[in-house]
Amino acid sequence: MKIIVCVKDVPDTESNIRITHDGKGIEQESVTFILNPYDEFAVEEALRIKESIGGEVMALTLGLQSAERVLRACFGLGVDNGILIRDDNFTNDPFLTASAIASYLKNISFDILLFGKKGVDLNYGQVGVMTAEILGIPSVSAITKLEIGKSKVLCHREAEGNVEKLEVPLPAAFTAEKGLNEPRYPSLKLKMQAKKKEIQVVEAQKTDSRINLVKMEYPPKRPEGKIIEDNPEAASKLVDFLHNEAKVF
Amino acid sequence: MSIFVFAEQKDEEFKKFVYEAISLGRGFGDKLGMEVTVSAVGNNISNIVQKLKDYGADIINIVDDPSLKNYLPELYTDILVEQIKESGAKIVILGSTSIGLDLASRIGAKLEASVATDCINIELEDGQIIAFRSIYVGKAIGKVKFEKEPAILTLRTNVFPIIKKEGKGETVTKELNKDLSQTKIVIKEIIKSSKVKKDIEEAEIIVSGGRGVKGPEHFSILEELATLLGGAIGASRSVVDSGWRGHEDQVGQTGKTVSPTLYIACGISGSIQHLAGMSSSKYIVAINKDPDAPIFKVADYGIIGDLFEVIPKLTDEIKKVLT
Repeated sequence: MKIIVCVKDVPDTESNIRITHDGKGIEQESVTFILNPYDEFAVEEALRIKESIGGEVMALTLGLQSAERVLRACFGLGVDNGILIRDDNFTNDPFLTASAIASYLKNISFDILLFGKKGVDLNYGQVGVMTAEILGIPSVSAITKLEIGKSKVLCHREAEGNVEKLEVPLPAAFTAEKGLNEPRYPSLKLKMQAKKKEIQVVEAQKTDSRINLVKMEYPPKRPEGKIIEDNPEAASKLVDFLHNEAKVF
Repeated sequence: MSIFVFAEQKDEEFKKFVYEAISLGRGFGDKLGMEVTVSAVGNNISNIVQKLKDYGADIINIVDDPSLKNYLPELYTDILVEQIKESGAKIVILGSTSIGLDLASRIGAKLEASVATDCINIELEDGQIIAFRSIYVGKAIGKVKFEKEPAILTLRTNVFPIIKKEGKGETVTKELNKDLSQTKIVIKEIIKSSKVKKDIEEAEIIVSGGRGVKGPEHFSILEELATLLGGAIGASRSVVDSGWRGHEDQVGQTGKTVSPTLYIACGISGSIQHLAGMSSSKYIVAINKDPDAPIFKVADYGIIGDLFEVIPKLTDEIKKVLT
């Protein structure tokens, strides 16, 4: 089975985000980049499928040359090979990203395409499903389980409190939700071996911008709150605040 | 030329964002001289669409068919894209729900447009739509412009006001003219949640528990408070990872993003990942033994104390006020 996992590296959420002077991006120096948390579930699922029924796992990313670091991180987890679709003018525009990935994949044969549900940096959550739509293959987003059959798979999707069990013919794409699996830790041995692995690089097919990030701003700061030690009057004071000031009830 | 809203429904009730979206659309419609077209797709929905007129719907498209009872991405996408093109929509609005995000992505692909998801504000600038989106785990807001029409957006629930302003309310019943045999995805089973629960994203009040609650059985104290206030229960990631609550209760970066009027965080330390999911709450109350818990930095009101003592006292005081 050939599985392709589309991954992205994102600022570690513990990192302090500093907006650049022109307001169009974030300062890169103080930021630690990690494999997008939702992509970890996708990579893990790909590796499990390979371990259970055999096959090959390829990691794919799109961006500047420096984006290859995320492919190396995937090698450290056990991914077989990696491809960078290089775009020196990468703007995180979801349709552009999906188009570039689809342009590359339309000439590649694969069985399963996996993505994380969304990138925790820009919170778009579209690339997986969009790529599948452009390729004309079925897709299911936010899956919490995947069972591989011969030419079809059964997946679970949690939507609005219900669990949907869906049968999908291959080739198909899926985006991973938390709970799909428990991602493994990288292995030092694999990380060392990864240094020798070659990463294939292709140039991204360009298309016109669809969405433009004009400016980034910090959210308004919340005013300082009233923090008190618990005492016999604390509860009634809080209720007074909620009822008379906040008027919540 | 119109403003187009997808009226997502669940169990024959429209999702809360639908009313917020129609109100928003009505406002833009009045400014731009456009009609508000609302699209209702499902089964047994013909009798619930009337109320959409009260919030500003001018044209209400209804596709009512048993095969549409559950969300089937291929069918819903085809229906919506056809309607969007027919109505000459300049703006398309869906909800930031599980279905909304999935459907918006498909519509975007078909219309070759990117979607502004998780919008917390939308403005008109020189007749063009500007969307403000939550990014970088809630640490920044991204102002985006669309290079193509229609502008497709998903709204965060509980952020935009619901305003009653009547629209024309003309209903248009459309036949389901799709070949069902062509759909590739098959629904084998749907397991409905056994508990009748409010969607946490729609709750006005959330009482949320973290590791400080010490076990699933102690959530009953929070549930009593939530029930009294007519609210929902939320949970931190570690509570969900420990199996004390289901993932549908999780608030945070890998859970839900909520924007209630009141968020009561009980025994939650307030990690960045958790704050990402609730920092746009109107009022935040925190109860925690640890005075250094980061949650106190975002709380409007906090009590440093043992939640097992504080919450029952709080519940009693609220009962006094409500009776």
